[in-house]
Amino acid sequence: MVRVLLNIPKHVKRGEAFDVKLLISHPMESGQRRDDMGQPIPRDIINSFVCTYNDEEVLRADLFPAIAANPFLSFAVTVQESGTLTMTFTDDHGVVQTETASVTVE
Amino acid sequence: MIRRLALAALLVMAAGEKHSGYQDASPETRAMQDDDASNPGFLWVQQGETLWHQRVGSTERSCEDCHGAAPVTMRGVATRYPQFDARIGRPITLAQRIEQCRIDRQGATPLPPDSEPMLGLSAYVGLQSRGLPMAVPVDGPARPFYQAGKTLFNLRQGQFNLSCAQCHDDLAGQRLAGSIIPQGHPNGYPEYRLEWQGLGSLERRIRNCTTGVRAEPFAVDSLELVELELYLGARANGLAVETPAVRP
Repeated sequence: MVRVLLNIPKHVKRGEAFDVKLLISHPMESGQRRDDMGQPIPRDIINSFVCTYNDEEVLRADLFPAIAANPFLSFAVTVQESGTLTMTFTDDHGVVQTETASVTVE
Repeated sequence: MIRRLALAALLVMAAGEKHSGYQDASPETRAMQDDDASNPGFLWVQQGETLWHQRVGSTERSCEDCHGAAPVTMRGVATRYPQFDARIGRPITLAQRIEQCRIDRQGATPLPPDSEPMLGLSAYVGLQSRGLPMAVPVDGPARPFYQAGKTLFNLRQGQFNLSCAQCHDDLAGQRLAGSIIPQGHPNGYPEYRLEWQGLGSLERRIRNCTTGVRAEPFAVDSLELVELELYLGARANGLAVETPAVRP
């Protein structure tokens, strides 16, 4: 489990775009570096990210090694009804983590 | 000619007036700090908040059990560190105070300096003073330590034979390679440095500078380091606390 900060507005308006901001604590090791002994440091990045709303996919992203540590993801979502935003990401070790947030439509 | 004069005036102003390193950072870096949702320092703050509520050590007490709600009781605390501790007769940093509490009051194992949990707790406590002016006391028993710190600040060190003052007093606002030399105010620690890709302490930042001038860094828990921090803190008095700041 890595630390995650997820920010969405408390109330959103029907059909109006709102920002989802996600900060993930992850080293995003590029695989290009070597350690003090000259040995390559294996790549360890978050490689995929999926966001769904009430089981409907709203965003899917592939991540690459040129992203800094502790990646910050921000995107806009439009919804018609209250529900649950689910975000799932996978890293190179195969660790899958899911974060959820409930959205209340006014 | 006029343009050159205006530029010169701007440079003098930038170097002259006391200001936070925030002013010297790029708009992108400032924007990162301005929004708590994009400031990576808050990942550590989140961890610190968890630790604040966690019961640890032989006494099974949490920080909260004694100190209550941090937003109330820790408000303004970070503005006064390093602070003279009458019991041990020397000034200590905020992290050392947390350590003291852990060992003496909680009966817990020490947290290594610069460890993730220590940075988290320091950031969480520091955050409660955000926006308040730095107010490090230098009168009374702290005076000799402040003076010692001032001497260290002006002491030429290392193979480059440079003192802190030569860059951060005399040349602040000018450039070292591509970067603006900041005035060196410690009003945002622990801070997130893009260079480190993580949160770090003022001690770590000073080590960066010391090795930069090819001098031998101060020992991790040495008194000299605290004296220097005391001088730096008092030198920044009046500037608003920005913990957790974001810097290049």
